[in-house]
Amino acid sequence: MEDQILLTMRNICKAFPGVKALDNAEITLRKGEIHALMGENGAGKSTLIKVLTGVHQFDSGEIRLQGIDGPVINRSTLEAQKIGIATVYQEINLCPNLSVAENLFIGREPKTRFGLVDWRTMNKKAKKIMDDLGIDVDVTLTLENYSLAVQQMIAIARAVDMDCRILILDEPTSSLDDGEVAKLFKLMLRLKEEGVGIIFITHFLEQVYMVCDRITVLRNGRFVGEYGVAELPRVKLVAAMLGKDFDDLASIKPEGGETKSSEVVVEAKGLSHKGKIKPFDFMIRKGEVVGVTGLLGSGRSEMVRCIYGADRAQTGTLKMKGRELKAKAPIDSIKAGMGFLPDDRKAEGLIGELSVRENIILAMQAREGVFKTLPSAKQNELADKFIEMLQIKTASRETPVNQLSGGNQQKVILARWLCTHPDFLILDEPTRGIDVGTKTEFQKLILKFASEGMSVVFISSEIEEMLRTCSRMCVMRDGTKVDEIEGEMTQHSVMAAIAGGEAR
Amino acid sequence: MKKTRVNSNSVLLLITIGLFAAMYAAGCVIYADKGFGHFQTFLNVLITNAGLICVACGMTCVMLTGGIDISVGSLIAMDCMLLAYSMGVKGYPCVPMLAFVLVIGIVFGFVQGFLVAYLEIQPFIVTMAGMFFARGMTAVISTAQLSITQKSNPQYYGWANAKIELPAFLGYTNNKGAVIVPFIRPTVVIALAVVAIIFVVLRYTKFGRSLYAVGGSESSAKMMGLDVRRTKLKAYVLSSFLCSIGGICYSLNTMAGAVQQAKGFEMEAIASSVIGGTLLTGGVGNVIGSLFGVLINGTINTLVISNGKLLSSWANIATAALLCFFIILQSVFALIKERKK
Repeated sequence: MEDQILLTMRNICKAFPGVKALDNAEITLRKGEIHALMGENGAGKSTLIKVLTGVHQFDSGEIRLQGIDGPVINRSTLEAQKIGIATVYQEINLCPNLSVAENLFIGREPKTRFGLVDWRTMNKKAKKIMDDLGIDVDVTLTLENYSLAVQQMIAIARAVDMDCRILILDEPTSSLDDGEVAKLFKLMLRLKEEGVGIIFITHFLEQVYMVCDRITVLRNGRFVGEYGVAELPRVKLVAAMLGKDFDDLASIKPEGGETKSSEVVVEAKGLSHKGKIKPFDFMIRKGEVVGVTGLLGSGRSEMVRCIYGADRAQTGTLKMKGRELKAKAPIDSIKAGMGFLPDDRKAEGLIGELSVRENIILAMQAREGVFKTLPSAKQNELADKFIEMLQIKTASRETPVNQLSGGNQQKVILARWLCTHPDFLILDEPTRGIDVGTKTEFQKLILKFASEGMSVVFISSEIEEMLRTCSRMCVMRDGTKVDEIEGEMTQHSVMAAIAGGEAR
Repeated sequence: MKKTRVNSNSVLLLITIGLFAAMYAAGCVIYADKGFGHFQTFLNVLITNAGLICVACGMTCVMLTGGIDISVGSLIAMDCMLLAYSMGVKGYPCVPMLAFVLVIGIVFGFVQGFLVAYLEIQPFIVTMAGMFFARGMTAVISTAQLSITQKSNPQYYGWANAKIELPAFLGYTNNKGAVIVPFIRPTVVIALAVVAIIFVVLRYTKFGRSLYAVGGSESSAKMMGLDVRRTKLKAYVLSSFLCSIGGICYSLNTMAGAVQQAKGFEMEAIASSVIGGTLLTGGVGNVIGSLFGVLINGTINTLVISNGKLLSSWANIATAALLCFFIILQSVFALIKERKK
């Protein structure tokens, strides 16, 4: 049995400034097995892989490979490749300006007698590789001529052709359609037969149960457990990933007694964005709080981005208060009365160098247009009002936002949207990374706005939080809206809905 | 979806070549009375621009990696001044001096390449420093207008004025009945050899393909196990080395050294590469295109000179128009590609 083990990683720790990304993580990979590495975003899956492939150096722990005495430390991708570890990342690491054949062979091109690149042999070999995979491409054309999916398959073909012993696939299927996924799985099973060990990272639970033999779950950089696929049904897998002991879940009832208004504020029919989210319907009434739940990467954020117009919907219609809204860009949605607090507040929300006041009035100014500058007295008044109301802890209203703590930054963005008096507000993970006390404040605020007639869509990774605030929940899985639950919601029923499949 | 799709990069190259042919044909018709149609006129374009061809080849290699080398004009001035001073004034022998100039090119390129590749400084800044340095050194050698004469260095003079005659049937008979045999200078042989060698290097060697990969996506090239830094270093060494060869050609053409020599040469080289289909962003281009870029430039100059009445600055304006034309064309092709996806 011992010689079946290809790779062991034990007690791996890795800290980035301010975060402990890996804390005694581990994984064991055997010969001829497909091993799923599961965990939510930020659980440390990618970091663990990057430690293995030499992209990052680890702080402590041990990596051992079959056939190599003593611990292994890779210092670069190249070193890892040399000892038989090939990796395909989610983002495609190929050159768009080179031909398909070159992308397969660059760095190890076949040579003629004179030491020059032998194009004919290279193209012939490349053609054979692609034919074997059942992909119909002209290998002499440049890579940019092909879709992302084909490019992804080419990246995989390159890794496979390099005689690897361990193949790591980091979310390779996110850009593939069903037919291409089937081709990939066929290839994975063939490699498995040949004794290659495969580490497979994916957000799609179905795919895990289709091809994998074993599952390792990570949470917050820690090793949760290693399971055989058969012994870990979906619900238990989700529970392991979310960190909830399935049997001990205390059900929390939503605060009842809401008055239901009949006025529909936003109604979407058949909205979709290719490759990100399949067509979905959505409706929200005045004063309602609707949650969108699902695992990270299940299409939660994509769904609300599509409604807001941050990703332009390619099909379907969207009505705002009965009138059709054709949003070309977020500014149209803002004008129609929407507000959106994105999950990545650093990249999409705040402008760090500007002051608290400037950040707060930003959306309002955008709606009014550049030429109608708000008088500064009015700006100050607004800023003070929201600093007071949301209890933003800042030295003054002119303090640059990047000097504030995470929770307070989040409040500044919230204030920005509140001062535009939106009828419809989307909050994508507003409570991530802020302390418990502030979280409760946020939840209270959401309920308060709703009681004042605002419609709110709320996304959070913490189910309790949503149970406490939402009257209805949309359930997302694999980029599709699969269910909508209402009324008696418990943690159990929500998690079962998220997991889907045989769990229900 | 497949097979019939034409590679847009080769379309760009064909347009460049077609434009050159059209421009030249127009010249032959309009200025037939001024001897534009004689084969020698074309050869003169090659002779005049032999240096620029070498420099443009090196520039193309650097631009393929997504970089730029604006030191080439000054480096040529320094080379020419060094040759003029050592051979014209001091009377040193030419072979060691030519070898010395080539070594200077390699060292110069190594320093620039090291700064760009290993210290990751912007190529524009690094080669701008190189540009000021070389121009300054030129003046340090001498601020006078120096020239190499038959007296000071007969061997070099002999090389500069050597005629390589082509078969007589390519010539023409003048109005006195004498057959004028067309000729080229040794510099043309050097320049065309450079083009041929660099063409093979770019297409058939691992180093050449690495240049394209680095320009296409540096991070991908690294992930695919290519040594990105060494590739970049080599590109700058190659550029400065070819620039020194170009400097020798330039010196053989002018037999002179002056501080203000070859000013703006770097821009002409970049313009030639771009007209020849090289993208400033890297990853696309080849030396055949750059050769035709230089020829187009040279033909514009010849056309303006043949006209006789036009201000020579019109050549610059024509180059500007052409640059715009090609840049717009490249953008349009890129947009079409995006659309198709």
